[in-house]
This record gives sequence, structure tokens and C-alpha cells, in this order.
Amino acid sequence: MTKKTYAIQVDDLTVAYDYKPVLWDIDLKIPEGVLMAIVGPNGAGKSTLIKAILGIIKPIAGSVKIFGKPYKKQVDKVAYVPQKGSVDWDFPTTALDVVMMGTYGTLGWIKRPGQKEKKTSLEALEKVGMLEFKNRQISQLSGGQQQRIFLARALVQNASIYLMDEPFQGVDATTEKAIINILKELRNAGKTLIVVHHDLQTVPEYFNWVTFLNVKGIASGPVRDIFNDGNLTKTYGINYKVAVNK
Amino acid sequence: MSITEYFNLVFSDYTLRTITLGTAVLGAVCGMLGSFAVLRKQSLLGDAISHAALPGIALAFILTGVKDSNLLLIGALISGLIGTFWIKSIVKKTRLKNDTALGLILSLFFGFGMLLLTFIQKMPNANQAGLDKYLFGQAATLVESDVWVMTAVTSVSLIVLLLFWKELKVLLFDPDYTETLGFNTRFLDILITVFIVLAIVLGLQTVGVVLMSAMLLAPAAAARQWTDSLGVMIFIAAIFGALSGVFGTAISASQDNLSTGPVIVLVAAVFVLFSFIFSPGRGLLFRQIRFHQNRKELNLKKTLTFMYRIVKDHDNISHPHAIKILNNFHGFTKKSLKQLEKQHFIQLKGNEWAMTEKGFHEAAKMYNEIGNTNE
Repeated sequence: MTKKTYAIQVDDLTVAYDYKPVLWDIDLKIPEGVLMAIVGPNGAGKSTLIKAILGIIKPIAGSVKIFGKPYKKQVDKVAYVPQKGSVDWDFPTTALDVVMMGTYGTLGWIKRPGQKEKKTSLEALEKVGMLEFKNRQISQLSGGQQQRIFLARALVQNASIYLMDEPFQGVDATTEKAIINILKELRNAGKTLIVVHHDLQTVPEYFNWVTFLNVKGIASGPVRDIFNDGNLTKTYGINYKVAVNK
Repeated sequence: MSITEYFNLVFSDYTLRTITLGTAVLGAVCGMLGSFAVLRKQSLLGDAISHAALPGIALAFILTGVKDSNLLLIGALISGLIGTFWIKSIVKKTRLKNDTALGLILSLFFGFGMLLLTFIQKMPNANQAGLDKYLFGQAATLVESDVWVMTAVTSVSLIVLLLFWKELKVLLFDPDYTETLGFNTRFLDILITVFIVLAIVLGLQTVGVVLMSAMLLAPAAAARQWTDSLGVMIFIAAIFGALSGVFGTAISASQDNLSTGPVIVLVAAVFVLFSFIFSPGRGLLFRQIRFHQNRKELNLKKTLTFMYRIVKDHDNISHPHAIKILNNFHGFTKKSLKQLEKQHFIQLKGNEWAMTEKGFHEAAKMYNEIGNTNE
């Protein structure tokens, strides 16, 4: 039997900030080409899981492999979309400038972005419908627009794996539709997308893979197989039938 | 000496020229690096570092017994770096917050430094006098070699800034993201912190421990008001810093008994005040003016659409109505009616108003627009 290489493989991952573990003994195998939601209650460690996969947070124990290798060797294959609230939007810069930051990783140290990088950044802005705002100071953008800028910044990285921390937080229905269409398009192009998601109702419509998380990993697999009452109850502690089967 | 005499002398008098150049270069490098401290929300770090440098100065003197300014500054540099390192470890390893760690290290190091200064005063060494000048600074003690050191540090930090421009920019905006791109954020963090410590240590002789953080923050805070571009902000901060140095020196040199350090800081504060009030985009004055203008315009629009609702059911749009019937609408004043008449939207006749053709079209347009946005 040949061993399958997963887009992301997490083994025995344990993370703690103080004494209490935030993530406990997580095992996770994410196959290539899925559009996956991470769901779980507040404090379940969803953002922490993403940050641990990205190496931003050092785990107490366990390992993370991206296509079979440690993250440090695969930086160019992974793009990160942080929570919108994690940065100060009053920073003196423009929308285009933020999107261009997505090209910095490929450029490496010292080398400056040129015409080529500018072109790909403008294309990404167009894709998220933000081209007309390219020279706008970022604090003058609405929440949904800021989220789209972050998405565009990840798009220019042209990665194989996208990790997104609540990309639908505080965006209106139109923006949510626009974002999910781009995510589906990426999945159809063979990319792997992992999205921290809060709205359980939209899980079956948006995603084809799901991971239930509440400090421990509850279940992970195709939405049609495992997105059921049993797992929801195990994750949230109460019956979520009402919330899902509207 | 008057200010004009000062500017005549500054090119010929050696001492004046040295001091002016020194404070200008110092102001520029502080403005430049201070922009980073302000944007990283580490404004108070500068204050902690400068206070943490004091015991280093005292210890360097106790250990060597000589009062060579470069030697003392090396002492300041070491204890400043130790203080900074401790602050960062406290925040990382304990549950104390950043401001608590800063306050703790600041007072601890400063207290220890003051203790050492009193100890030095009782030492049987003729050299001891004048160490306390580092508390408030004394620009008059600047010599040409000091200016050279400042220029060297400024040049090196400028080169580093240009070299690592894109890395530092993304680090300032989004450190976690920078890490995921594969950059060593720890290295970048140390790089920028070391240069901030260097700039502070260089300024101790001129501005002093107590006021040094203002040199770092004031030009940067003022510069932020004028631009939305990081590069321009750093450039303006450097200019503001340099001008504060020059004007501060000029003012203090033209009066008796005005020490240079505090005057420089006060000049920098004037830049801040001016920028906060008069900068076009973010300044208080223009924001207030814009606010009032928008409100006035909105009031006019609301009054006009209110009138439109009354008029639109009449066959003759210019049929006069009593001003009285506007009374249960609160958005209008005599002034706003006059304003509407001036724009030929309505005509006023005694106690009555009548809408013009032009006003009716304008109001209809507005009414429909508002209707659409409400949907």
C-alpha cells in the first residue's frame, strides 16, 4: 500500500497558552483539493489550529506537515488570510500596497516588487471587485472591502493551500457570495482551502469537507458523511438540529 | 543674541555650527526611527529605554573613572539594550501587560541610576561633576566627533531602512502574516529595536534621559497627520525632527538661561499641535469644518425634500405655501430658507414660500435617490 500525501497532516498537536490546553492531541488529515470548514464553539481553538499549522504559534507537542514536509520548507505553497481585526487599518498605506505584500514572500529578502508584481496585484484586486479602490487609504474602506483586500493579498501568493480565519466575519450578503464564489473557483482549480466558519447553516452549501473542533478534534471528513446531528451535538454540547435544519 | 544674529553666526561660529548640526541630525534620525515606534504602538518603549540607559552611564564612569562621552554612551547602550530585552521577556514569560512591564523597568532602572549618581557625587574624583547633565541634556557639550558619530548612525540606519524597506513595512502592518511569508520576524524586530535604542542613546547627551522619548514620538505623531503613505510619513518626521533641532537650538542660543533640550522638545510639541489642528486630511479644524458643511448641506436637502412632499400633490408646483406649515419639520431655519432661495430652488414672499421649477426637479432627483438607498 502506498502512503498518501495529504495537503495538511497534523499529528498529536497540543497547544497551550497558559496551563489550560487550547488544542489537545489533534490528529487531522486534509486531502488536497477540498474546501473545508473548521467549525466549533467560541474558544474551541479554531484560530489557534490555523496559527499552529502556519507556525505562528509553537505547539507543546506534535507535528504539522504540508505536503509531507515541515511548514518552513513549504512557505511558498501556503497563503494566510488573518482575521480582519488583527491589524490596525489606520496604517498609512493604500489598498494596492497591501495586496502587493502578497508578493513579498516569493520575492524573498531585499528584492523590491516591480511591474510584474504590480500587474498580478492589480489582477487580484480586479478579481475581488476592488480595482477602483486601489489607491484608497485602507482605513477608508468598509469592513467587507477590507476583507476582500486580505483575500486579494492571499490570491497573489498563488499558493496551493489557503488558510482563512473567519473571512465572512462582518461582511454583507453580497460580499459573502462574492467571496465564496472565488473560494469555489479556487477549489475547482485544485487548491485546498481551510476556512474557520461560524454560520452552521451555510456549511452544506459552501463546503465539501468539514472539521468539528472543540479543543479536541471531534470529526473530520466529507460534509455529506459527517455533517450530522451527532457530531454537532458532540461539538456544541447541545442539539443543533434547530439551527441547521431550517 | 537675537535669532537673526544666531543665523548669521551659525555658519561661522564653530560651537554654534556643531551644536546646530548635531541637534538637526539627531532630530532627523529620531523622527525616522520614531515613526516605527509609533506605528508599532510602542510609543512608551522609547521612554523606558532612555530611563534604562542611566545606570549604564553611571556604571561606565564608576568602572573607568573617566568622563569620555563615547565611553559613557556605550554604557548607556548596554543598559538600554538590557532594559529593552527585559521588557520583552517580561511580556512574553509572565502575564503582565506591556505597559506594566515598561513602567516597572523604567522606574527600576532609573531609580538604580539615580542611586549610582548620588554615590558618584561622594567619590573622591575631580572628574565627577557634570554626570547629571545626562538627566536633562546639555547640547553645549556637543563636539565635532559627537556629530560624526550621529551622522554615521543616521547613515547606517537609513541604509538598513532602504534595504529592508518592504520587510519592515509588512512587519509594521501585519507581523503574523510576515512570519507566514517566511521572513524571520525576530531578526527584523531586533534590527529595528537596536536602531531605536541607538538613536535614544545618541540623544541622551543633548536632550537627556527624561525628555528623550518626546524626540522620538513628537515628529512621528506630527508627520502622520499630513500623509497616508509610510515613506512620506518617515520623510516628514525626519524633516520635523531636524527642524525642531535647529529651531530649538536657535531659540535657546538667542536667550540666556534656556537649556537646549527642553526647548527642542517644546518646538517639536509645537509641530505636533500645529499638525493636529491644521493638517488638511486628519486635522481637527478641517474635520470640524467639513462636519459643519456636511450638516448644513444635509439640512438643506432635507428641507427641500420635505417641501417636495408638500408640493408634489399640487397641480401647480409654484403654488405658494405658508412658512408656518414647515413648523412641524425641525430641520429648517430662516437661514436655510434664504440659502435655498439663493440657489433659486424656492421663492420667498413674506410669510410664504413657493417652489421653483428648478427646485422641484432637484428635489425630485434627491427624493428618488434617497428612496433607492433605503431599499
